[in-house]
Amino acid sequence: MSAKGEKAVRIAFDRVSVEFPAANGALKVVDDVSYEIRDREFVSVIGPSGCGKTTMMSIVAGFMQPSGGSVRLDGRPVTGPGPDRGVIFQEYGVFPWLTVRENIAFGLRLKANAVSEAERRQICDRYMGLMGLADFADAWPRMLSGGMRQRLALARAYAVKPEFLLMDEPFGALDAQTRSAMQDLLLDVLQAERKTVMLITHSVEEAIYLSSRIIVMTARPTRIREVIDVPFGYPREEKLHESPEFGALRSHIRDLVMKEYAAQALQTRPAH
Amino acid sequence: MPHSAGEKHRVVRRAGLVLAPWAGILILWYAIHYSGLVNPALVPTPHDVAARFGELAGQRLPRDIWMSTQRVFLGVTFGILLAVPVGFVLGWYREVRGFIDPLINFFRALPPIALIPLVIVYFGVDELAKIVILFYASFFAGVIVMYEGIAQISPIYVRVARTLGATDSEIFLKVIVPLTVPHTLTALRVALGVAWATLVASELIAAQQGLGSLIQNAASFFQLDIIYVGIICIGFIALTMDLLLRKLSRRLIAWQERIA
Repeated sequence: MSAKGEKAVRIAFDRVSVEFPAANGALKVVDDVSYEIRDREFVSVIGPSGCGKTTMMSIVAGFMQPSGGSVRLDGRPVTGPGPDRGVIFQEYGVFPWLTVRENIAFGLRLKANAVSEAERRQICDRYMGLMGLADFADAWPRMLSGGMRQRLALARAYAVKPEFLLMDEPFGALDAQTRSAMQDLLLDVLQAERKTVMLITHSVEEAIYLSSRIIVMTARPTRIREVIDVPFGYPREEKLHESPEFGALRSHIRDLVMKEYAAQALQTRPAH
Repeated sequence: MPHSAGEKHRVVRRAGLVLAPWAGILILWYAIHYSGLVNPALVPTPHDVAARFGELAGQRLPRDIWMSTQRVFLGVTFGILLAVPVGFVLGWYREVRGFIDPLINFFRALPPIALIPLVIVYFGVDELAKIVILFYASFFAGVIVMYEGIAQISPIYVRVARTLGATDSEIFLKVIVPLTVPHTLTALRVALGVAWATLVASELIAAQQGLGSLIQNAASFFQLDIIYVGIICIGFIALTMDLLLRKLSRRLIAWQERIA
């Protein structure tokens, strides 16, 4: 469901712009973006590759500061990364030197979220169960498939009870079947433990299937092209893909995104 | 799991496979000796060498092995103790690497043997001089392995740890240290290999004891069989150390795809 006005603003982009130093002056990547993500919304950000979507997420995650404007979490400016924001990367980032269980426990052993041993064990068991990793508790990550590694990354992020889930192309490295299974798993997990989610994706279908709202971004320097409320409630099922509304939304968004890709291609043509 | 007969068979087969190349070398050795292609006086037979080994084992050989092993051990230990932090800094801080790299490559290119006259001048002809040479050799061999390895560590692990709430010291202890272990072990292996290779050179510095000096002395009296004993000892000790180190690696970095 699209959020009602009364839901609290959790993530606020306020006139955010980002410039990177380049050979010929500054390269503007994000241009004056203002947007509010409300409590328990699932917002997907979609746009041409290299447009600056990841940069926007990096600011929320606390990896970088905007050149202008600010990003606020619950009203407070972001100053750095923290356990309130779980980040899921395309490259999984599971720690290869720790077993599945140890990976999930990693965050719980840090001073920032220290819990008792019994509680740690319980949390690990819970998320191994939820993510279908129970049979692999003592396995090394190298023994896991890509989908399982991403489930492990998700379990590890969930273990420290983040308020937000920030995902940058989380399923981009997975094959189509695994990707689809992961989308359903993510919906299930979110159904069990609701979070405020920001997802960066290239896939229009993925954005529609998962989100309550979609932001279509323009080519670089990126601005908001259009904000789309997704008119489907949760829980969702696979067959939603076949509904006519889904199809109509898909062609509308695809159109927008393709236009931006074309604009980007014009931009990146060699200058003369 | 059926493990009696099948397992035994496998063990025997494996032992055979391991021993076969050694047997091959022995056969080749005899063949060369008896072929008539070379003067047999210049190639002692394996059993001559074995007899000489037995004789020396009751005399100076244990002391030689002990001294050489000790020198290699000390040289490599000090070399790696320095190579690990230096290699880490070079690998982790890209900016530092830019101007330290040429320096490292300059010194690395110098063969330790070429430094012997200088080492004699500055460190005399005692134990210290030999350890300095081995230290030099192991440090530069180790530091390169170390920093190449560290430079390849993906920054994503640090990022992930930060998003989970890790402090700088937690990141160092719980992320960077475990990622450094495999590279330290590889550096240790490479340094050990280089140190054994440099041993004879370091024992050229007026050593009375050690496998290098055994070989040097034998050379002056043209005792080829003793030279063979010395060389074979160096080879086997290096091999044993490498096997031990691999065993340690297997234990410490079981998580890795490939055991170094």
